[in-house]
Amino acid sequence: MDKRLERILPKVQKPARYTGGEYNQITKNKDEVELRLAFCFPDTYEIGMSNLGMGILYSTMNELPYVWCERVYAPWGDMYEQMKQNGVALYALESGDPISEHDVLAFSIGYEMAYSTVLDMMDMAGIPIHSADREDLLPLVIAGGTAALNPEPMADFIDIFLLGEGEEMNNELLALLRTAKVEGWPKQAFLEKASQIGGVYVPSFYKPIYNDDFTINHFDVHPGAPEKVTKRIIADMNAVHFPLSPIVPSTEVVHDRVNLELFRGCVRGCRFCQAGHVYRPIRAKSPELLAEQGKALLKNTGCQDITLLSLSSSDYRCLSELCDDLLGYCEPRSIGLSLPSLRADNFSMDIMHRIQKTRKSGLTFAPEAGSQRLRDAINKNVTEEDLLHTCRLAFEGGWNTIKLYFMLGLPTETDEDILGIAELANQVLHTWRLYAKNKNRGVRITVSTSCFVPKPHSPFQWEQQVTMEEYIRKVHLLRDNIKAKNVVYNWHDPQTSYIEATLSRGDRRMGSVIENVWRAGGRLEAWSDYFSFDRWMKAFDDAGVDPTFYAHRLRDKDEVMPWDNVDVGVRRAHLWHEREQAYKSELSPDCRKQCSACGAAKLLKGGKCDG
Amino acid sequence: MDKYIMRFSKTGRAVYISHLDLMRTITRAFLRAECRLKYSEGFNPHPNISIALPLSVGCESVCEIMDFKMLEDMPCDEIKSRLSTQMPEGIEVLEVYEAERKVKEIKWLCVSGVFEYDERDAAAMAEKLNEFYSADSVVITKKTKRGVGESDIRPAIKEISFEWLDSDVRMQAVISAQEPTLNPELIADALRQLAPDIAPDFAKFKRLEIFDENMEPFR
Repeated sequence: MDKRLERILPKVQKPARYTGGEYNQITKNKDEVELRLAFCFPDTYEIGMSNLGMGILYSTMNELPYVWCERVYAPWGDMYEQMKQNGVALYALESGDPISEHDVLAFSIGYEMAYSTVLDMMDMAGIPIHSADREDLLPLVIAGGTAALNPEPMADFIDIFLLGEGEEMNNELLALLRTAKVEGWPKQAFLEKASQIGGVYVPSFYKPIYNDDFTINHFDVHPGAPEKVTKRIIADMNAVHFPLSPIVPSTEVVHDRVNLELFRGCVRGCRFCQAGHVYRPIRAKSPELLAEQGKALLKNTGCQDITLLSLSSSDYRCLSELCDDLLGYCEPRSIGLSLPSLRADNFSMDIMHRIQKTRKSGLTFAPEAGSQRLRDAINKNVTEEDLLHTCRLAFEGGWNTIKLYFMLGLPTETDEDILGIAELANQVLHTWRLYAKNKNRGVRITVSTSCFVPKPHSPFQWEQQVTMEEYIRKVHLLRDNIKAKNVVYNWHDPQTSYIEATLSRGDRRMGSVIENVWRAGGRLEAWSDYFSFDRWMKAFDDAGVDPTFYAHRLRDKDEVMPWDNVDVGVRRAHLWHEREQAYKSELSPDCRKQCSACGAAKLLKGGKCDG
Repeated sequence: MDKYIMRFSKTGRAVYISHLDLMRTITRAFLRAECRLKYSEGFNPHPNISIALPLSVGCESVCEIMDFKMLEDMPCDEIKSRLSTQMPEGIEVLEVYEAERKVKEIKWLCVSGVFEYDERDAAAMAEKLNEFYSADSVVITKKTKRGVGESDIRPAIKEISFEWLDSDVRMQAVISAQEPTLNPELIADALRQLAPDIAPDFAKFKRLEIFDENMEPFR
């Protein structure tokens, strides 16, 4: 181990997150591989090690015998300071080698607040942050993840974005890079070839031309590059590589458990939800394969918890039989099975009763809006009756803590809708009074609100975010109307939501704002410990960019969006139709009731969407 | 068989795994190895394992011991061979045997140390260190739960010697393992408090062996 590191590590909190060496990590002989890839997660080890996507792609890329993919996470502040003071460059966990020695830096960007950390990690590696300043082919900086579906804010920094699911696409790109490295291609020639791979977006090939009002007129597209880049998907979830021996962290991480992915996509089509649209079409794994993989994962990791992941677990067609199969394995071994993202209906409660035999602590529901009118407008298919009935079953079954999540500032929201939240909480409390099994234990109902952030590729991509003042007014209105002492009200600060709104629908001009924030010390900004609103405001000011342009402006129907070069499958016309339905407060049926021909099925090239 | 003891080493990168994390890491290794540990009863069952003399983060050891109970008897060698492929880098199972003695009988620890000096001549230090620790008492101030207190660490050191080797000073000591427990870090801390001129810029330690009160290796 590096001598300097040996002196630093005893001084920092939780040093085990900076050492690597965990069970199941993949090490190779660096002299026997042709490409070394640093897989960078722009957040802490604890967050990154809980990310299923990272785990999958770490394994698929390492399946290539000529590639060694290693993990890199952003150090917490104390470690960051120590590394800076002692001149220790950012290193990869498996080998301990500085990542400047690697051929590829691959970033997984799941959320916008990680952007400044991406720049910081490049800088900690000693690599120029601007793509244009990296003239050589290597190191190549690539990025993927949900936030990459609007690649424009990070366009100046990243050489190649990989859009969509990476299991196949990453390895296709690495195969091309292997040839390019051997044959010594110039960077430009490589980028041109790479742009022919499905899902590859080379930002330097798409030059935005702005109107006088800073809306985009059009993109100048480099000759030969595709007009639109279509995201990649895995057509057959039963055939795709899935790692059965994931790394077992030697220290505590956020989600310390086995993750089993039921299906990709969502049948629901909530109009505020980006994930529900960008991960379509619906593709499920077979229950037999899942049960087999789940058992293998538990055996190979020694984890005592397993979670079934998806955007809406109740919509997995074979949930009941899968749970029975897994419970048969888990119960005798005292392994906990958990099931997040359940809908508030009877079926879900039946499953909950079966899987949660002990520790009936808390249940969380996300009605998102307080009135049926607004829930219909956002296409959240939950009725008050459903919710209260589910709460009744929960209280009868012994649960006594209920959390309810809502958004404030949704399109078409009125004060009446907000008062509906307080009323709904009262109804839940009333339900407890009527049906609780054991009233002596008391009840705790928590209402949380956050400020709605309009997202690209969702039906609300044209919408304006409410101002922070207006959000606070709404918060006070709600707070003053929640009177019961068993109901606790928490609200998220609107500052982060405001910055998120500028970034999520940002264009290429946001690059200089992000760079200013990073230069002023911004990193790990998803953490309230490190987020600074004033730093962002100053960065906007210095860059001469108006944040309200991104956050608070209602877009025209036909405005060219910064992410228009990206085709996620769902048609823009479908999104607009859904938006119009919202303004009529009309529900759209979920995919299982009636296919809305959203467009995502075309990605399956004749295969069948499981919607 | 009632109780087993696993003797293991913790070296290299594994030294940064904290005591609590190590307990979980080892529990998982047992699960992977399909060696079924006996769990406590009650609302929140946990495995009945206990690692004697918790090691501080950063300290190496080739003489850690952990006692545990199994749900069903299994030959010691079988447990050892099953576990040995299940450990993270730096944790090595040295031996598994039936527990006959109580961990309380461990009295002394043999510890080595490397004292690094960046700007000063390490060659000249060994002698001064030997001289410093030839005193009968070394009283340091220590933060305790009740505030700052004074403590004499010298009686907890049975033997100590320093020599110059490969540009560092090497320490070898026998210190009290229990009642009182002496953290070897205090040997360097005492210098920082009382004799900063000869205090190292960095010191690291390694546990070599555990002994009973008769200075027989504890097994």
